Amino acid sequence: MITARYHREIPQRYRLEAGKCKKCGFIAFPLRLVCPKCKTKDFETLRLSDEGKILTFTIVRVASDKFSKQTPFAVGIVELKDGVKLTTQIADVDVDKLEIGQKVKIVFRKIQEDGKAGILCYGYKAVLV
Amino acid sequence: MRDVVVIGAGMTKFGELWDKSIKDIFVEASLKAIEDSGVDHLDSIYVGAMSSGLFVGQEHLGAILADYLGMNPVPATRVESACASGGAAFRQAYLEVASGASEIVLAGGVEKMNDGADVTEVLATAADQEYEVYQGITFPGLYAMIAKAHMHQYGTTREQLAAVAVKNHRNGSKNKNAQFGFEVTAEQVMKSTMVSDPLRLLDCSPVTDGGAAVIVASMDVAKKLNKNLVRVIASAQASDTIALHSRESLTTLNSVVKSAEKAYRMAGIKPMDLNLCEVHDCFTIAEIVVSEDLGFFEKGKGGEAVLNGLTSIESGKIPINTSGGLKSKGHPVGATGIAQIIELYEQLNGKAGSRQVKNARIGMAQNMGGSGASSVIHILEVK
Ligand SMILES: [Zn+2]
Repeated sequence: MITARYHREIPQRYRLEAGKCKKCGFIAFPLRLVCPKCKTKDFETLRLSDEGKILTFTIVRVASDKFSKQTPFAVGIVELKDGVKLTTQIADVDVDKLEIGQKVKIVFRKIQEDGKAGILCYGYKAVLV
Repeated sequence: MRDVVVIGAGMTKFGELWDKSIKDIFVEASLKAIEDSGVDHLDSIYVGAMSSGLFVGQEHLGAILADYLGMNPVPATRVESACASGGAAFRQAYLEVASGASEIVLAGGVEKMNDGADVTEVLATAADQEYEVYQGITFPGLYAMIAKAHMHQYGTTREQLAAVAVKNHRNGSKNKNAQFGFEVTAEQVMKSTMVSDPLRLLDCSPVTDGGAAVIVASMDVAKKLNKNLVRVIASAQASDTIALHSRESLTTLNSVVKSAEKAYRMAGIKPMDLNLCEVHDCFTIAEIVVSEDLGFFEKGKGGEAVLNGLTSIESGKIPINTSGGLKSKGHPVGATGIAQIIELYEQLNGKAGSRQVKNARIGMAQNMGGSGASSVIHILEVK
């Protein structure tokens, strides 16, 4: 992970900041310059809900080299209370007992390590509630 | 727009081609296609390649391949739309001839995946790097999440997923260019190594080196060369959100629905008028979802259809992936879209040997990029 890019994404990853279209209410996560629904370019900042439910998931058993030390780990698509969906790891669970529909909460965690001299990368994961 | 005809085809064997470079592979396929067509020159070249930069550290493929093909100064351009790169390259060649700008164009596709790169990481660049891949998701993982949702919503079963692999390996066992030209049983599929639940190793297309090329030309050129008139009667492409999580539905690929609507309208046909279809079965679940989104089966019934044999060569309903598909034939990502066109070309010319579909007259190729963010569809008809 490149440091500049990582820093740029901190508002979204650390604080779950999204953009809400001032005209139609579409919530863009991550932020966008143009609303895909109404093409308006006027957004206000919105902090997303940290409560949601699992829409689908998988247990990654073969990962890319960067994540191979973490396997097996669960990744799911979670729908937050405000309707926004995101792809996130589901942490602290017995991966064989996950089910679609389970309620989760978004928490702040370390996501990946960028080698010996690189940066530690943080962000959101989901845990069951 | 003018009529456009496919007049020649060539491909390499698909597999682990350790002793061949990306240039060798592309040139071999292209020379075969040129020879098959009988043309004495090209007006331009398009080459589909997904990620030659990350796989072998080589960009600027259009020019380098034209050079090694001995075709300088013919214009040559690389086209990229992830795993739909080949289909997109064919579409560019089609548009160039249809517009009247050129008479004879080579559309090729190539990928050299076995040269030491972290293939899982490279393929994942077709997803959203910052909001999907950052979390550790892989390509099998994205399709596994589609599978899980499809199973939850429609009751699609593990046996139905396995039936896709069994059928495609059976077809691929009749294809001399296939990477995995052997048959598999449902039990073998369901006992193979788990990659990303519920998808197992034999639900996944392999890592493949390979190249494919076709020559597209105007009707005048085809008639002068006394070729069977395999006409392109539809060319359509559509896009969707790159992130799977941004879609309204996790079980329908809207790019497939939209590109299919356009293609059927352009060709003036309905799904059931097709005699065969090559679909993008990068994973078994993809074939099921795509067969529904193309309108062959009611939503949610694609799994049942394959298990009941409705997509086999003999079925007469709609033979899918007669070539063996990506699953058995192999999936050199940038070459796949062109290889699909080649299967249609052989079938429509009655030259598909033991996997020939009887009286094949109209065929479709559906080529997908990412977890469905791109879909390119072509329909070919022989007169
Ligand atoms: Zn809006």
